[in-house]
Amino acid sequence: MEVLTGFFIIMAHLAVGNLISGLTGNFLPGSVTGMVLLFISLLTGLVKDRQIRKVAGFLTDNMTIFFLPAFMGIMDLWGMIRLDLWAWLSVVVLTTILVLLAAAYTQEGIERMTSFLKRRKR
Amino acid sequence: MMELIMNVPMMLVLTVGAYLLGVWVRKKSGLALLHPFIISIPVIISVLKVMDIPCSFYMESNAMIDFLLGPCVVSLGLVLYDNREVILKNLAGIASSVVVGSIVGVASVFLLCRLFGLSDMFLLSLEPKSVTTPIAMDVSEVIGGNPSLTAVSVVLCGFVGAVLGPLVIKISGVRSSVAKGLGMGCASHGLGTARAIEMGAVEGAVSGLSIALMGLVTAVVVPLFNHLFI
Repeated sequence: MEVLTGFFIIMAHLAVGNLISGLTGNFLPGSVTGMVLLFISLLTGLVKDRQIRKVAGFLTDNMTIFFLPAFMGIMDLWGMIRLDLWAWLSVVVLTTILVLLAAAYTQEGIERMTSFLKRRKR
Repeated sequence: MMELIMNVPMMLVLTVGAYLLGVWVRKKSGLALLHPFIISIPVIISVLKVMDIPCSFYMESNAMIDFLLGPCVVSLGLVLYDNREVILKNLAGIASSVVVGSIVGVASVFLLCRLFGLSDMFLLSLEPKSVTTPIAMDVSEVIGGNPSLTAVSVVLCGFVGAVLGPLVIKISGVRSSVAKGLGMGCASHGLGTARAIEMGAVEGAVSGLSIALMGLVTAVVVPLFNHLFI
């Protein structure tokens, strides 16, 4: 029962997420809308976390397996990627480091600013 | 004779078996960086090559597993819920860092792709690459990228952050635990989080929740950015 209830709740949020995304011109993927809806349902108590923990835990703990099939599509693309291999690798490496620094410095800056303001108040 | 091997149950056994093997090898080796992926992908490719099974047949047969990516993303709502206290306590900081990280990510991909003369297919497939794979693939599909190329870039991006992240953080002089977790999670999703957990409990928790937040914010930022600049 627990698995079936969890499956039902998660699938219902995905279905409604798809519906809302479809009606709003697919600006957000339906799955992401579903994620936000589930978060709201949990916050408002409409859904209890224990009702979905088993199924949601299974899905998020084993995420890798769900994209293995799609990943194989790369075999058909390999010929094209190989031509731009170095450019592709450079973009991925450089932008990853930039994102890391941007997010970390923003938080660090905000923390320093708030502690500075607190000290000045005193 | 061939249809005895080329059927849906056989292909599902291959996917699940390759994944379980990958998980088992990581557990035995005790290396957090040895992602199940590194084992599973070569195993699947070699089996397909040896048996002469077309890749398209393999992908069609695994439609059932592929479909579960959607429910998988929805389930991340529970991760957000579990971390609601950390989110609320650091709301302003976390929200701004994720938004800044996301915008810097998309803008830098755009500029570098143009600089290196990469095609629009690369650009659109790379834009959502700092996000967890299922969300990145959905975003890529919506904006017209190639989900397979996105998936590979996401994993690569995860390894870059997991391997170089701690060094970059050390050089950058960032000291706050929340900031370190945000950097790792925003840049390198699940793989970065596995490494952030080794840095400390706060780093791990913040990194874990930034996976879901970064996914959400990037899903909004990417189409907006493309609308304005492309």
